[in-house]
Amino acid sequence: MEPDRQKLLLMYRNMLRIRRFEERLAEESAQGNIPGLLHLYVGEEAVAVGACSALRKDDYITSTHRGHGHCIAKGGDLRKMMAELFAKETGYCKGRGGSMHIAAPDIGIVGCSAIAGAGIPIAAGVGLSIKLRKTDQVCVSFFGDGASNTGAFHEGMNLAALWELPVVYVLENNLYAISTPALKSTRLKNISDRAAAYGMRGVVADGMDVLSVYEAVSDAVSRARRGEGPTLVECKTYRFRGHHEGDPKKGETYRTKQEMEEWEKRDPTVRLADKIIKDRKASQPELDTVNQEVMKEIDDAVAFAKQSPSPKPEDATSYLFVS
Amino acid sequence: MSETRELDFAEAIREAIRQEMLRDKTVIVLGEDVGKFGGIFGCTKGLQAEFGEERVRDTPISESAIVGAAIGAAVTGLHPIAELEFMDFIGCPMDQVFNQMAKIRYMFGGSMKVPVVLRTPCGSRYPVACGAAQHSQSLEAWFMHVPGLKVVTPSVPYDAKGLLISAIRGEDPVLFVEHKLLYYAKRMASLRGPYPTLIQKVPEEPYVIPFGKADIKRPGQDITVVATMMMIHKSLRVAEELSKKGISMEIVDPRTLVPLDKQTIIDSVKKTGKVVVVSEDAKTAGVAAEIAAVIMEEAFDYLDAPVKRVSALDVPIPYAPVLESTVVPQERHITEAVLEVVGQ
Repeated sequence: MEPDRQKLLLMYRNMLRIRRFEERLAEESAQGNIPGLLHLYVGEEAVAVGACSALRKDDYITSTHRGHGHCIAKGGDLRKMMAELFAKETGYCKGRGGSMHIAAPDIGIVGCSAIAGAGIPIAAGVGLSIKLRKTDQVCVSFFGDGASNTGAFHEGMNLAALWELPVVYVLENNLYAISTPALKSTRLKNISDRAAAYGMRGVVADGMDVLSVYEAVSDAVSRARRGEGPTLVECKTYRFRGHHEGDPKKGETYRTKQEMEEWEKRDPTVRLADKIIKDRKASQPELDTVNQEVMKEIDDAVAFAKQSPSPKPEDATSYLFVS
Repeated sequence: MSETRELDFAEAIREAIRQEMLRDKTVIVLGEDVGKFGGIFGCTKGLQAEFGEERVRDTPISESAIVGAAIGAAVTGLHPIAELEFMDFIGCPMDQVFNQMAKIRYMFGGSMKVPVVLRTPCGSRYPVACGAAQHSQSLEAWFMHVPGLKVVTPSVPYDAKGLLISAIRGEDPVLFVEHKLLYYAKRMASLRGPYPTLIQKVPEEPYVIPFGKADIKRPGQDITVVATMMMIHKSLRVAEELSKKGISMEIVDPRTLVPLDKQTIIDSVKKTGKVVVVSEDAKTAGVAAEIAAVIMEEAFDYLDAPVKRVSALDVPIPYAPVLESTVVPQERHITEAVLEVVGQ
């Protein structure tokens, strides 16, 4: 079950790609280069990378307003993502979507929606399509603890379970829906307990440990491919930054500095690096090289975005309909 | 070769779905009670027996999941026809309709297609049955206001079949609105009498009617009446009556509200110089308001009289027949408006 050296290093690289991409976004945003809101994923990288490492290129994901990590982990092109955030015509959505709305159907990203829970029934539909087309693909649907309290969650989970659809619901419990603690929205400590109400498997993974998420999602994906229906995988995680980049003091108005520091000690990128070195899968200099390569990739993506053209005003009404 | 039979609206809908399911195995049907039961108005009768439970799927009472699942299936290769039992229920899946289905293609820069056909029955059933406030509404104007949706409002069986086949073969999301009173003609002689146009000869082979092409349901010279769905049949009846007084009404059926065939409406107004817009939805910010605004903007110079609207009163649809027939436009309301505009 334990991934080989190559896979571990790829996981590490992808987690760093997310981390460095978003750190750079925060800088570019502060300099006024990003016209829109940023909901950063920093701290939660183990969830996206662990889950997407269990997927094939032809598998699908649905994502959320906090979706950069999912898109990068699913194989998103950093140039096209950066260009989208810079509102450029060369972006994934030609500058029409922005940070919260990236889609890349060629690699199975069927879209990020900024409405909490909206992707849950859509993922069931993707599962229905897989089932009727008789392929062995799987759809992973990412959403947060906040979205788990929507009606869409109830309807989508029930339908996916009822029809035994090949969907893995990955619930990123980062403990806060903007400012409201999860335990002020539900009595359940483990939201995955709700799966039982739908006749679905529900499991908990350590969302700060990429291998824990990988193991749980791999198992759920295997079951889904075998036609055994959906699973709800709750990943306990934490965002290191605020709800969005305008959130004062990274969210210290509703969570304590002590709590934030406790979680930061569990940084998933550091945790994987430590494990790789302890298990002698790679040396620190090798990991440093990965980091340098990622930094170059980010520089390249930013340069590409900056030199790319903006959409043309006369094209504002393009792409509404196919015909 | 071409076989023409007399069909009612529900039969035309069913035939269109069946023929498209035979043509394309990616076409599926999902919704509440659409399976063995055949749909609450019988529009999917027999389809599950013919195509199986995989392709004709009964769902729980989960409108968000019905529309959401249709969207997910559509963006990954299927052509779902989803049914909402009553248009009044569309508030439940509203996010999926207006934030997801309508926006996916544009907000993702044209990288995806969302070929969902969302069928839903609207309208007052007076005098057949009184549905009251939550089973009688005509809400199509809401969706004209959401860029990214096509809004189709057929009035007769022939149009219903051709427009539905167009909707299914198209690659864009379509809200396909079906007025409930159109369904009953074969079952109810009391409807066939006053509204003989509810049943029509319909070719047996599949055919398409393109969106954005209005149809002149009755040519005339003195006044243009633009109407949709059941209001077409009521207007035709009024036209027959008023022709005895020497008034020649031209009745224009847009057939699709999005896209709207402005040209046919304007051409008719140019000819007659007078216009009444009839729609069953509430008057304020409704279908008729939009069409009237188009006429004012683009054909003002041809008008001999102000544009007149006939729409529902701005209240929920009441239960009592005497109230429902006051609130929802009837022939007498159309007649009064036409006479006023022609100056009689």
